[in-house]
Amino acid sequence: MTSPLRREDVAHVAKLARLSLTEAELDLFTEQCGKVLEHAADMNSLNLDGVVATAHPFGLINVVRDDEVRPSLDRDTVLAMAPDAEDGRFAVPRIMGEAP
Amino acid sequence: MKLPNGWEMVVGLEVHTELKTASKMFCGCANSFGSEPNTNTCPVCLGLPGSLPVLNERAVEFAMAIGAALHSTISPSTFHRKNYFYPDMPKDFQISQYDLPINSGGYLDLPDGSRVSIERAHLEEDTGKSTHLGGSGRIHGADRSLVDYNRSGVPLVEIVSGPDIRSSDQARAYASELRGILIATGASDGRMEEGSMRIDANVSVRKANAPFGTRCEIKNLNSLRSLGRAIDHEALRQVEVIEDGGVIRQETRHWDENLGETSTMRTKEEAEDYRYFREPDLVDLAPDQAWQDRVRASLPPMPAERRRTLADRLTDPTEAQLDAVEVVIDLGLEPWVHSALDRGADITLALARAANELAAGIDGLVNLTLDAFTQTLLMEQRGELSATQAKTVLGELLASGGDPAAIAAAKGFEQLSSDSLGATVAKLIEQHPDEWARFRDGDEKLAQFFIGLVMKSTKGQANGKAVIAELHARR
Repeated sequence: MTSPLRREDVAHVAKLARLSLTEAELDLFTEQCGKVLEHAADMNSLNLDGVVATAHPFGLINVVRDDEVRPSLDRDTVLAMAPDAEDGRFAVPRIMGEAP
Repeated sequence: MKLPNGWEMVVGLEVHTELKTASKMFCGCANSFGSEPNTNTCPVCLGLPGSLPVLNERAVEFAMAIGAALHSTISPSTFHRKNYFYPDMPKDFQISQYDLPINSGGYLDLPDGSRVSIERAHLEEDTGKSTHLGGSGRIHGADRSLVDYNRSGVPLVEIVSGPDIRSSDQARAYASELRGILIATGASDGRMEEGSMRIDANVSVRKANAPFGTRCEIKNLNSLRSLGRAIDHEALRQVEVIEDGGVIRQETRHWDENLGETSTMRTKEEAEDYRYFREPDLVDLAPDQAWQDRVRASLPPMPAERRRTLADRLTDPTEAQLDAVEVVIDLGLEPWVHSALDRGADITLALARAANELAAGIDGLVNLTLDAFTQTLLMEQRGELSATQAKTVLGELLASGGDPAAIAAAKGFEQLSSDSLGATVAKLIEQHPDEWARFRDGDEKLAQFFIGLVMKSTKGQANGKAVIAELHARR
């Protein structure tokens, strides 16, 4: 059976995820991810007529909370997690373009 | 602006509005503008591992209120992750609604009678705010970027119009009417200058009735003025490109208000692959009929209806009166106007004082009671205050509140008794016999001359109408 996934697909997804893969890794992951997809494709052999798509195992809807303010984290604690901070803000390498 | 050579612009707008909830969309951090940077953050809105989002009920209700006001269908909806990398979004994905938005379809009627269709109005979370440091102050040339996550996770509704807009005037009217609706629902404060309402414009051009052309999306439109200028500039740019034999590429363009032009940010093809997938940490949002009905029932009258109600009190309205109605509704001043009219104030006067004096002092509106406004107008109408004096009293009321009669007395705006006005007029007539003769011969312009003299000699305390009456009585 041919792999449901092409090598270019894996390379594209890796690029989107900012993963730098070697040629050997691309081959390996194309095969491994392909097997995962094949496994999921076993579902196709079942007769699922009349089965409604399930998005969540618990069947819950409208889980909401009241609009109430709760204490936030202390800023020093927050900024201690930042690679670098300046002026009460996270400092990051310069951004090349605007947000999508 | 009209495009040359039979070209027509086609515009659709995407309006993002922050919702006026107390807390953020998926966590309990305060949703407040202007706090010290990074003081309203927690594991959820910082995207720390293991944190889980819980949806804010009020945000859902605001979204439904917006949908109801725009005649949308409120439907069962889901949340998706929109994946991309950018430092102002610490999770590396934005929670948004994708193929099943809470509101779909609908329309917005503009004051000029045109209708703009609404494609959808969905919920999503805002991102953090980045500041780019470095030489030019613009993104290009910045050395580093500083990020404040206070805005990260603030609830937003994005309202997407159909490609129905055909001029920059119509685009501005749409944005302005939508802003009025957002404020009326209580969902937003509509402050474009603070970024609580932000607009992107999709612009293309075509010959009349031809298929749609390729569109460009313009970002960074943070005032109605920018919106209008940017659309005109972009449409004209596209016409020029096409007429010179070029083609329009689908791309995102940045509006520079100072330069008055748009420039390329990036082409769409290379950037847009967001790998949307269902947000596994949130369940479906499917408001039942009862919940929808509650939201609809609590919806206050929208600007169009309020405009009609006020305009209906005018008999044979003039252009200036209708303009004043527009201003009064836009600024939410009609409670003052209606209250004054109910107690016998003249509608032209009430509209003028509201659209001018109250509009100019809008920040002090909390100080002005409905009764104080009414009293001031009635005093002016009875001739106890001149127009200038009435404006001064209103200014004082807006600045620090109080009682109009007391303010007038404290300012020395005592009404000139008719005896004393009569004496003044008589003296001035005696001093200017030639002008008086011409007035007697029917030259009405001379009335203004005498009013000027009376005002000067009474230091502005006389009432212009009373002076005219006095002049006519002696003619």
